[in-house]
Amino acid sequence: MTAATHDEHHAGPPSSFLDRWLFTTNHKDIGTLYLLFALLMFFVGGAMAMVIRAELFQPGMQLVDPYFFNQMTTMHALVMIFGAVMPAFVGLANWMIPIQIGAPDMALPRMNNWSFWILPFAFAIMLATFLMPGGALAGGWTMYPPLMLQHGMAFPFAIFAIHLLGISSIMGAINVVATILNMRAPGMTLMKMPLFVWTWLITAYLIIAVMPVLAGAITMLLTDQYFGTSFFSAAGGGDPVMYQHIFWFFGHPEVYIMILPAFGIVSAIIPTFARKPLFGYSSMVYAVASIAFLSFIVWAHHMFTVGMPLAGELFFMYATMLIAVPTGVKVFNWIATMWRGAMTFETPMLFAIGFVILFTIGGLSGIMLAIAPADYQYHDTYFVVAHFHYVLVTGAVFSLFAAAYYWLPKWTGHMYDERLGKWHFWLSVITVNVLFFPQHFLGLAGMPRRIPDYAVQFTEFNMISSIGGFAFGLSQLIFVWVVIKCIRGGEKATDQVWEGARGLEWTLSSPPPYHSFTTPPKIESSAGLEGSPR
Amino acid sequence: MKVTKRLGARLGLGLGLLLAAGPAAASWGMNLTRGVTSLSQSVYDLHMLVLWICVVIGTVVFGLILWSVIHHRKSRGVTAAQFHHSTAVEIAWTVVPMLILIAMAIPATRVLVAMHDTGDADVTIKVTGYQWMWEYEYIDEDIQFFSRLDRESDRVRQLRSGLDPREVENYLLNVDKPLVVPVNQKIRFLLTANDVIHSFWVPDLGWKRDAIPGFINEAWAEIQEPGIYRGQCAELCGRDHAFMPIVVIAKSQEDYEAWIAEQRAEANGVPEVAAEEAPVEEAVAADMDMDDLMQRGEDVYGAQCAACHQADGRGNPPMFPTLAGSDFVVGPAEDVIDIVLNGQGAMPPLGGVLDDADVASVVTYIRNAFGNETGDVVQPADVQAAR
Amino acid sequence: MMWGWFGAVVNESVSGLYSEQMDRSFRWGMIWFIFSEVMFFAAFFGALFYARVFSVPWLGGADPATSVHIWDTVVLSWPTAGPGFLDLEFEPMGAWALPTINTLILLTSGVTLTIAHHALKENHRGKLIWGLAATVALGFIFLGLQMYEYVHAYQDLNLRMDTGIYGSTFFMLTGFHGFHVLVGAVTLLVILARCIKGHFTPENHFGFEAAAWYWHFVDVVWLILFVFVYIL
Ligand code: HEA
Ligand code: HEA
Ligand code: HEC
Ligand code: CUA
Ligand SMILES: [Cu+2]
Repeated sequence: MTAATHDEHHAGPPSSFLDRWLFTTNHKDIGTLYLLFALLMFFVGGAMAMVIRAELFQPGMQLVDPYFFNQMTTMHALVMIFGAVMPAFVGLANWMIPIQIGAPDMALPRMNNWSFWILPFAFAIMLATFLMPGGALAGGWTMYPPLMLQHGMAFPFAIFAIHLLGISSIMGAINVVATILNMRAPGMTLMKMPLFVWTWLITAYLIIAVMPVLAGAITMLLTDQYFGTSFFSAAGGGDPVMYQHIFWFFGHPEVYIMILPAFGIVSAIIPTFARKPLFGYSSMVYAVASIAFLSFIVWAHHMFTVGMPLAGELFFMYATMLIAVPTGVKVFNWIATMWRGAMTFETPMLFAIGFVILFTIGGLSGIMLAIAPADYQYHDTYFVVAHFHYVLVTGAVFSLFAAAYYWLPKWTGHMYDERLGKWHFWLSVITVNVLFFPQHFLGLAGMPRRIPDYAVQFTEFNMISSIGGFAFGLSQLIFVWVVIKCIRGGEKATDQVWEGARGLEWTLSSPPPYHSFTTPPKIESSAGLEGSPR
Repeated sequence: MKVTKRLGARLGLGLGLLLAAGPAAASWGMNLTRGVTSLSQSVYDLHMLVLWICVVIGTVVFGLILWSVIHHRKSRGVTAAQFHHSTAVEIAWTVVPMLILIAMAIPATRVLVAMHDTGDADVTIKVTGYQWMWEYEYIDEDIQFFSRLDRESDRVRQLRSGLDPREVENYLLNVDKPLVVPVNQKIRFLLTANDVIHSFWVPDLGWKRDAIPGFINEAWAEIQEPGIYRGQCAELCGRDHAFMPIVVIAKSQEDYEAWIAEQRAEANGVPEVAAEEAPVEEAVAADMDMDDLMQRGEDVYGAQCAACHQADGRGNPPMFPTLAGSDFVVGPAEDVIDIVLNGQGAMPPLGGVLDDADVASVVTYIRNAFGNETGDVVQPADVQAAR
Repeated sequence: MMWGWFGAVVNESVSGLYSEQMDRSFRWGMIWFIFSEVMFFAAFFGALFYARVFSVPWLGGADPATSVHIWDTVVLSWPTAGPGFLDLEFEPMGAWALPTINTLILLTSGVTLTIAHHALKENHRGKLIWGLAATVALGFIFLGLQMYEYVHAYQDLNLRMDTGIYGSTFFMLTGFHGFHVLVGAVTLLVILARCIKGHFTPENHFGFEAAAWYWHFVDVVWLILFVFVYIL
């Protein structure tokens, strides 16, 4: 059992800074590194979004060259997805999975260290492409050829960086799978695991299954450019659309990779603050599994306009619509959990409720997009942009805020500043709607996405959206302040932290010892230690 | 928590209310257009159906959350119930959404099938996307031309031009030469592209379709009312993706035929460029002096070439070659004229867009700007000879 | 650092530090790593199927609009270099000479590896080393023949990476497979060295098994490849 961390027999963290952070194999330290890195990247990607919103504030080209604008759009998305949201979830997995299942550490601690340290390296390359001749990638995060093949130096470097990110995610995911399947404390059966662990198990499978496919797709781009292959060129018998099929076979599961762990977080928080067991635990598990399964057979809903045969379009339309059913099950289960509970509204709960409402709005616009003939109109407009920011920002990112507030006291041993937390929530939830709701209207009225300048009839909503954007961006500074304050001190947190909290992590001290559960805890079915409080 | 309530209400109903507030908000444009074809109208109806279903679902879901948030809060002194499952309701909330989905899928299928029926067309038009303009070919009529962003929008949209877009009519939605089609005829569009993927989108026609190099996509429209319908490229296609609008003018059958005749006459007799560039009156062969050529060349270069080769001629290698100091550019003038007229690889043919004087000017310009110093001039006559 | 850690793992393993649980973690790790490799190959097989089932027929007549208006109604059939390279003469790679021999070689190497594994379990060190050495040797012979085949393709058949979609899929699939054979063979070589040094016991030899799994995975990929790239 202790062999996993056998090179660190001593109880505390190594004293030297380098030993502690650069060579660390401790899941808590690595989790912290991931989380801080993700926060940094959220700000980098957010800064790019601010450039986008500033240029779109009014019609006409005021600030940046159109080509630079395209670089902003592309890099904003890549940084947010691969740099902020995914690493943040991996960070949470590192911190929480071992202590939620009663394991001493992750299963493969050394690999864990690599998975993290590849990231800063990859992003250094990715961001350095801004300085290369021709500038950074500017073909959209989807990297469609032939446009993708029109880049300068950035092209091979960015692809190399994405390969590295993929390797990092795959290693992280393998580690999660091995940990969950193999390191559970005796008595922690699969169906007793907290939902966060469940959602991560399934997410990890998605990652292992689709990141290599992305690697394949971008490798083909590379060989098309440099070795004369014809995968994506009609003259050679290939097809530019073939890339899109391969990309979205990765891309659609990828968006669920960014939402399933969020479902897990919300399923932990709502029962805690409703002081009531999670409703329908097992149907929650099956719903996540069905969403993951369906995510593999809906990819072409991103490609309704490429001219697929009718039968294909019908299939992908129906399959996509089906996802509403398991997702609905989750939403209704959360509502039923709140129903007749005794709720209090601390910041994590506020973000969780915000998540349920706003994610549902994003999901419903997703259903509209799934209607193929209507998508002929919606596709590549701001309606799509509104859809995915609802599911990504008020979905994934809100769940991350919720998780951070929920577990910060556990991680640091101090309560965060509740008053500031509430400010953060209310400012965020109001401004984010000012930011993204008008984009629905813009899209319906006919504004395409990925444009730096637009016809004058779109001015008003763009102004509103930009103002909302700046305000939302500034509100995030509060979060940073809360985190810093909480790390540096504050009211001492109890072990339990939240009155209604259940689960193994709350049996540890706050903060937990550097090596926790070195002897596995005993799980008895009556002890109420499983994720859903009984 | 009152705020939660207000917020929820706004989100749940906001969309519905705003749409219901209809006419007042209409000038801002916030809903899908009804369009002018049978397809676009069925798409609009489908859109409204699904939208309202979603609004209703949203209202119910958010209503339940609100109710719970208001009534089941600890501060009201309630104690939490401990139930944690109920097979009956779980079945209900699996089956009911299923039924709702089926209700949406049936009309959606019908519209989709209609959209795919491109047979029996009266007019066939081949549309080719270029970086960054459209080419239209009337398959049975032997008519072909390019269509690109109008000059005025193009001037105003330059970075920090200091000009006000609000003063340009149809800013970014106007072209130099629109597509003309007849009303009440089934028009079949064959869509393809020359360089990268573009997407042909005129909202009033009810669809968009990608234009993919090497393949042809088909779509159709039957426009019911004469009028001018505007749209733009909807697939990211590089730097000037925002600047390749589409204008379709639907004319009555007679007007359409008259237009066709006019185009034919032009194609046969008068050089086609003369009609396009009506204000430019010079006789085609009149010689121009260096200053005129350079001045005009700079304008043309800024409008047509700078997008790829950059204002200072350094291009964006390896894709867009550097013109400054290029041996090719200062080499034989005929070759340079030829590449401008006919294009090469990803460089679009510009002979259809520029008249002889434009080409002469721009070629003179690039041969004498950015440090290139051939010192010689190219005259419109040279260009005409090369056409 | 990496070397240090690999070394550390080997030492820990040899000194019997690893619990059964750790062993299982390594196993899960290896299994899912191999699965991710399977998906990597799936992307390229997907490209092959897409080209053969959709894009080539569409370009070559099945989609009349495309074929008439862009490609002057050419007729295409697999193998092809695509409608843009019609005057490019090349010959596809035949299935029955070298590739069949290569198939047999890989299958045999799978057998020798299994023999070695059984030997290890029964603690016949001599047979173990012999079997493993044979496997590695067969792996390298396979690679040698593969190189020969590539030279033949480039020099005699005019079949190159830029020979349209056929050349693209052929070289990318066989090339990535070859690369994996190389990785597998080198890994087995390291395992062989460790065997010679006396590492591994009949009960505890996960390093051996992981390499063996990988080798079998590479084998299976080849079989699929042989069917879809060479025969069909
Ligand atoms: C976290 C990320 C995330 C999530 C969870 C989703 C969820 C969904 N998405 Fe989204 N999507 C994106 C991220 C995400 N998406 C991104 C990033 C893009 C753009 C990529 C790009 O082009 O750059 C995109 C684009 C996109 C498109 C392509 C649009 C286009 O380009 O034309 C489509 C089309 O079908 C779609 C559909 C859906 C559907 C049906 C869901 C469903 O999963 C939603 C299900 C949820 C609900 C329906 C709400 C709750 C359910 C109920 C309350 C039950 C009752 C409901 C009914 C009966 C309807 N999405
Ligand atoms: C998880 C993913 C994620 C996240 C979190 C976000 C967050 C945001 N996104 Fe992003 N976005 C995408 C994923 C994401 N986006 C994707 C996939 C695309 C598609 C790209 C493509 O088309 O290829 C996209 C595209 C996209 C567009 C369309 C661009 C175009 O089509 O040209 C816009 C425009 O408004 C936008 C805006 C924003 C804004 C304002 C935020 C905000 O939420 C950001 C808030 C955060 C901050 C602002 C940082 C914190 C604060 C500071 C740095 C302090 C300084 C603040 C000020 C100066 C005000 N995004
Ligand atoms: C859509 C982008 C685009 C536009 C607009 C464009 N070019 Fe080009 N140009 C290219 C590309 C791409 C090439 C390289 C073509 C090739 O060799 O395949 C090129 C090549 C050239 C060359 C040959 C350069 C060399 O050194 O080989 C000249 C000269 C040239 N362009 C002049 C012009 C002029 C003059 C204009 C405007 C009137 C113009 N181009 C507009 C993309 C463009
Ligand atoms: Cu053409 Cu965008
Ligand atoms: Cu999707």
